[in-house]
Amino acid sequence: MNAPALTTLDLAIAASLLLLNVAVSWGFRLGLEKRLAVAALRMVVQLALAGWLLQILFQQTSPVWTAAMALVMAAAAAHEVVTRQRRRFAGVAPYAVGMGTLLFVGTAFTVIAVGGLIGAEPWTSPRFFLPVLGMVLGNAMTGVSLVLDAVTAAAERERGSIEARLALGATRFQAFDSVLRRGLETGLMPILNAMAVAGVVSLPGMMTGQILAGADPLEAAKYQMLILFVIGAATALSVVLAGFAAVWLLTDDRHRLRLDRLQLVRSQT
Amino acid sequence: MLRIENLKAGDLPPLSFKLADGECLAVDGPSGAGKSRLLRAIADLDPAAGHVFLDGAERREMPGNAWRSLVRYVSAEPAWWTETAREALPETVAPDRVRRLCDALGFDAATLDRPLSQASTGERQRMALVRALVDDPRVLLLDEPTAALDSATAALVEELIRYQMLSGRLVILVTHDTPMADRLSAMRLELAPPRPLPQRDTSVPRGPFAGHAA
Repeated sequence: MNAPALTTLDLAIAASLLLLNVAVSWGFRLGLEKRLAVAALRMVVQLALAGWLLQILFQQTSPVWTAAMALVMAAAAAHEVVTRQRRRFAGVAPYAVGMGTLLFVGTAFTVIAVGGLIGAEPWTSPRFFLPVLGMVLGNAMTGVSLVLDAVTAAAERERGSIEARLALGATRFQAFDSVLRRGLETGLMPILNAMAVAGVVSLPGMMTGQILAGADPLEAAKYQMLILFVIGAATALSVVLAGFAAVWLLTDDRHRLRLDRLQLVRSQT
Repeated sequence: MLRIENLKAGDLPPLSFKLADGECLAVDGPSGAGKSRLLRAIADLDPAAGHVFLDGAERREMPGNAWRSLVRYVSAEPAWWTETAREALPETVAPDRVRRLCDALGFDAATLDRPLSQASTGERQRMALVRALVDDPRVLLLDEPTAALDSATAALVEELIRYQMLSGRLVILVTHDTPMADRLSAMRLELAPPRPLPQRDTSVPRGPFAGHAA
């Protein structure tokens, strides 16, 4: 009982539904037509490429190609983390933080989930490894972006009180403790919310996909729980790592606040 | 004894001087001359080339936070990170000592328990002095400590500074109050007005709110 295959015509009809967005943009003079077209085109090209690439990857079992794909995915996630920052550290530091955190956490938790919990044979099997890695990376990426943005924004806004604590002899992590705590909270909020409403407000994507593909809904729900536990833990660890890295970069070894290492990025259009 | 050799604070010319225990150096100069920057550089809050020794130990031989436990910068516009000043005091400090400092500065110690958002500028400035003095630093870097105070309260602050000097502490005092500077210090440092076209200083944050910082 697999889902029926989609024809090009089905997709074309579905794409025409976007005309509603065009109508909204035009009717309210939002001027979003061009961005809408670009976004839709990107979505089509990226998903087609991903499907095509996975098709090729699934036909072989070499862990080397799986690892290469994992690297590309982590790099794309790290790039996304950097472009989402309104205040950016100069140089390669933000890429290093994003890539280091996401690659480490993504790999570790995907290995735990696929090898340890799901028990796929072999655990490097791209059919299991890459989709799970994608879900872990996607959520960790959101958390890392949020915590970096929250900590850098707070460091600028609360410069006076951070320096007041430094002047009184606090270490850099003592001076940042409330800023860091609020940053971690911000970074963890989306995954907490996602868990709280899963199955009630939203049916998570993986569960929906498995059900559409003909799986037993209860089995799909169990898989979804397992994935959400793994994603939750992975997000927590990456948020903490990125939060500490942000404080580390915003200060120096003399425990000074170094806002000069930040540069404001023009808000993206 | 505080010894400063060729300290380059921002775009100020290199400075060298010595300050013995119980002495006070008064610093004056027009706005933008770099008075606060000099104090921040001595407290090691901004990177600055040069050497600073306290009692024979060079500051780079100790961590930045340990240095600032000894060499205490008190900003002209004190900022807080707690609801009340009391929460910002170190836990180990004796309540008695806090009360004596409040008495000396002419306000009730209960003020420390009121929300800081309701305190006046002068109260906040005096509470910042209490916070800065309560754990006995060796050197006090005071940035216009009487700027927001009436003359009677300013006299109390002056008295407290004198008492700190008598107990052997070293004071560097930024003030426009020349008579007070004359009474407290034998040493004077007059900073020149800023150059008409100051060079861009990379130690100044370039963020969107940088202009608001002291």
